[in-house]
Amino acid sequence: MGGLDDLYQQLILDHYRNRRGRGRIENASASVHEHNPVCGDECFLDILVEDNRIVEIRADGDGCSISQAAASMLTEVVADKDLNEALEIVEHFRLMMHGDADPDEDLLGDAIALEGVAKYPVRVKCALLSWLALRDAIASYRETTAHGG
Amino acid sequence: MTTTGSPALDARAIRAEFPMFVAPRPDGHPLHYLDSAATSQKPQVVLDAMNAYYRETNANVHRGVYEMAAEATDRFESGRTAAARLINHPREALVLTKNATEAINLVAWAWGVRELREGDEIVVTEMEHHSNIVPWQIVASMTGAKVLFAPVTPQGEVELDALRALIGPRTRMVAAVHVSNVLGTINPVREIVEMAHQAGALTMIDATQSVPHMPVDATAIGSDFLVFTGHKMLGPTGIGALAATPERLNAMEPFLGGGEMIYDVTTEGSTWAEIPWKFEAGTPPIAEAVGLGAAVEYLEALGMDRVREHERATAELMIDALGEVPGLTILGPTDADRRGAAVSFTLDAVHPHDIAQFLDSKGVCVRAGHHCAKPLMRVLGTQSTTRASAHVYTTDEDILALQGALIECRTWFGV
Repeated sequence: MGGLDDLYQQLILDHYRNRRGRGRIENASASVHEHNPVCGDECFLDILVEDNRIVEIRADGDGCSISQAAASMLTEVVADKDLNEALEIVEHFRLMMHGDADPDEDLLGDAIALEGVAKYPVRVKCALLSWLALRDAIASYRETTAHGG
Repeated sequence: MTTTGSPALDARAIRAEFPMFVAPRPDGHPLHYLDSAATSQKPQVVLDAMNAYYRETNANVHRGVYEMAAEATDRFESGRTAAARLINHPREALVLTKNATEAINLVAWAWGVRELREGDEIVVTEMEHHSNIVPWQIVASMTGAKVLFAPVTPQGEVELDALRALIGPRTRMVAAVHVSNVLGTINPVREIVEMAHQAGALTMIDATQSVPHMPVDATAIGSDFLVFTGHKMLGPTGIGALAATPERLNAMEPFLGGGEMIYDVTTEGSTWAEIPWKFEAGTPPIAEAVGLGAAVEYLEALGMDRVREHERATAELMIDALGEVPGLTILGPTDADRRGAAVSFTLDAVHPHDIAQFLDSKGVCVRAGHHCAKPLMRVLGTQSTTRASAHVYTTDEDILALQGALIECRTWFGV
């Protein structure tokens, strides 16, 4: 069962069973709702931005252990990060999921445990759901503020 | 409930006729393939028939005057004949398509786009596969017609009284699935067809999950249209069928235009070939039709009554075995007499993706997701389910392997 242990590292199961950063933010700076067309799983992601930094991030919705652990890890990794830094981390994670980057633990924190998911193409979407939601949330935040919102 | 008195199918002997089950697996696990509702495995005779066509008589059909081309045409048309015979339908009114989805789209475009008007209604059920919803939505958006959904009970059955109430003078089409790909529910399609016809509406029956598993008599069902696909009935991908009444097909304009489907072409316009060829533009999937014919002959040799009895017995065993797994909930009817052997379930809070991934590590192949039936998922109050589904080669060992792996799975994810 080596393959299964590779995929489901203890760190992943730990984040799955004890979700960090779960829930919604009232008066969020940006909120996005994403869903995975393969399985129908949903992700609601809220960020609160102050001085160009993510001062709070929460993810809600149901999903598989990979998607839930990925969301949990995301909220820890990007907390208190500058928006550009957060986008850089998301992009690094995305490249790792597509097998196009050597994972950098300094950037990814616990999310480095998701490296093994890259070998399971159908599950890559699960891992990316909340991370790409953050990318969209930042874009949406910037669009709103650019328009004087 | 064996009514024929003939001996039960020997699934173990049947497996020996399927190369997929004979060859050793790369991971060393035995293969417990429980995803036949997605696609079935293929017996050696199907692969041989397709291979023989390519090796012995590959030529385009319907045109060549040389003997090899005539032989190719003969084998291709024999596939049609076999498929029509299996469902007791006139062969000239069986159009070969790419799959059941294309067959439904053919009707949606060739009939729906031309015939539907603003305010007309198309009635479907909440348990339809997306392939029997989306084509109607597309046509509705083009014509101003509306798509109405007949409700499904939490137990997974179409509410017939509500369906009856939905069908009215504006109803032009009633489209319903014969056997649900998610719940296994067998719908009373004759009753539904009668209901629709009394209101003057046409009917489309999606028999994708019934034709492979039970005797289906299209003439007795009496629908205007009935569709199914080859790859779920031990045949190849790339071949499906639309069985329609000859009158209806004759009255309809073509769907796709091109070679093969014309009677005459001039610079002023074209006239159409006779049915069914009027609806088969371009070079058809010849080897696939040959493979479909071989699959039908294989099923006929087993006997569709015995195939159904094996399906029923497997459904019963699956429901019993799954019922013993702590935390597991079966969706859909639990009476095996009223369902097929596609069984959807949830397992506590373990997500279907995780279940399917864990089962794969035990050599058990199941489906996880919304099964292309998102409206039904909403009725069931879930995003996704895990589904195990059987066919003639499914053994007791497969079901027990599923049961054992599920019990382990729950512990492993610690919920």
